[in-house]
Amino acid sequence: LRLICTTTAVQRKNAGASGPEKYTEAFIKKQIEEFNLGKRHLANMMGEDPETFTQEDIDRAIAYLFPSGLFDKQARPLMKHPTEVFPEQRKIQWGEDGRPFHFLFYTGKQSYYSLMHETYEKFLNVQKHQDELIAQDLPLQKEKRNLAGSRWLTKIELEEMLVEKMSDDDYSRFIRLLEKLVALPCADLEEKYIQKFSKEVPAQLQKVLIEPLQYDERGVAFSTGEGRRKTASATAVVYDNGTGKITVNGIDILHYFPVLQDREQLLFPFQFLGRIGKHDMVCTVSGGGRSAQAGAIRLASAKALRSFVTEKEVEFMRQAGLLTVDPRVKERKKPGQEGPRRKFTWKKR
Amino acid sequence: DDKLLTEPLKHPDFFSVKELFTLKDLFDARVHLGHKKGCRHRFMEPYIFGCRLEQDIIDLDQTMQHLQLALNFTAHVAYRGGIILFVSRKRQFCHLVESTARACGEYAHTRFWQGGLFTNAHVQFGPGVRLPDLLIFLSTLNNVFEPHVAIRDAAKMNIPTIGVVDTNCNPCLITYPIPGNDDSPAAVELYCKLFRMTIIRAKDRRRQSEAVEELR
Repeated sequence: LRLICTTTAVQRKNAGASGPEKYTEAFIKKQIEEFNLGKRHLANMMGEDPETFTQEDIDRAIAYLFPSGLFDKQARPLMKHPTEVFPEQRKIQWGEDGRPFHFLFYTGKQSYYSLMHETYEKFLNVQKHQDELIAQDLPLQKEKRNLAGSRWLTKIELEEMLVEKMSDDDYSRFIRLLEKLVALPCADLEEKYIQKFSKEVPAQLQKVLIEPLQYDERGVAFSTGEGRRKTASATAVVYDNGTGKITVNGIDILHYFPVLQDREQLLFPFQFLGRIGKHDMVCTVSGGGRSAQAGAIRLASAKALRSFVTEKEVEFMRQAGLLTVDPRVKERKKPGQEGPRRKFTWKKR
Repeated sequence: DDKLLTEPLKHPDFFSVKELFTLKDLFDARVHLGHKKGCRHRFMEPYIFGCRLEQDIIDLDQTMQHLQLALNFTAHVAYRGGIILFVSRKRQFCHLVESTARACGEYAHTRFWQGGLFTNAHVQFGPGVRLPDLLIFLSTLNNVFEPHVAIRDAAKMNIPTIGVVDTNCNPCLITYPIPGNDDSPAAVELYCKLFRMTIIRAKDRRRQSEAVEELR
């Protein structure tokens, strides 16, 4: 069984253009043959059918045969098809008689400049179309493009698309040209071309589903929420038509949280929405300390209250920070230091 | 094969390049208009007809002769399958020049010129690269009004050059200079049209001659 280990070439940066390691076609072909042979051997070892051995089966088999506790997924043993492991590279750019294939070969950055050439051509087309419409006194179309929902490709994605390195200046020039093209009134003509370079960005709120209210046997509306803070996790059930009674793990809050600060944290979501005496709450919490538990219950109750409230108020809650999970956890101690930040006492001699 | 190559060299105008343009065409395309007297380059004085209200007028008779020599040379180079590179650093005509080159099946370079493109070609492109056999400048100056680096590089690498030289350009290192206007769109479109027609004509002639040879 031959494992193809990851080289430094396969990282987030695209190394496809010109690096010191150039893989010849013969080398890649040999790697593909070895990969297929190895796949069949692996299937035999695992006792499965070599013909129907998919990539997922390979991954599972490797994880079983070579268990690794390393945190970085890319550092673990890997067996993938060579086209995924070795990045795409440029083959020889000219034919037998020496004439290059691309008409912009002698510029050095042929893909980038041909892209600029094409985009400029679309720009001129749209301008010509606009002039024709103006000559015939027709109104120019003005359908507003949805600007908030899309973004342009990043520099790395563009480099991957063109298999060629480009500098930051080149990238910003290209984006400026695209913006100019999009700003024209009749840009809908080249909509398909523009979509090749834009990606959808769904707005944050659309992802989060707010659950509808549930009703228990007495007909009272209630809703549940979960929250975490440091090591504490809590679940809260908020009932409607209540008197403002709050129970934690079967104990009233006055007895469970003797400190005023924790009780304030619990009441904050209700106070923000102005619904202090209107809801009952029953929660369970475990783990963490007194402050962490209070924070966890606060998050859980805020999440539960989302179902009772309009979307605008949900947005207000989000902006107030009631719905954000607090990412602060205990920082680890580092070697050579006494704590996470405190260093050992410095002695002059 | 030898006959194919030596046959065109016996005639002074094998590709009948003179029919492609007339003096009137050059005048209508405003090729005779130069820059103001203050911008005049010393070496362009032989090519200037005169000066009217401080604007230089280029002598179109000389332009005709130079243009005919240049077009004849491009036709011969294209006939022998040479690589032709169109160079221009004018932003207005960048797209036009690139489209002309693409239409002919030749190459263009209208972008920023990297230092070692010709002199360091084996490192830039790879071993075994073939450099262009002819350079055509639609404008010899770059965006800072200095002579384009490619003129000097081509002279270093022994590559012949054809260039449209305006009254503020230096015609020294160019093998076939064409004194004429390089700023008006009409003039540049005329040059592109002429070069495109000669190259296509020469290539068609070559294909015909090869077909005739094969039939024998």
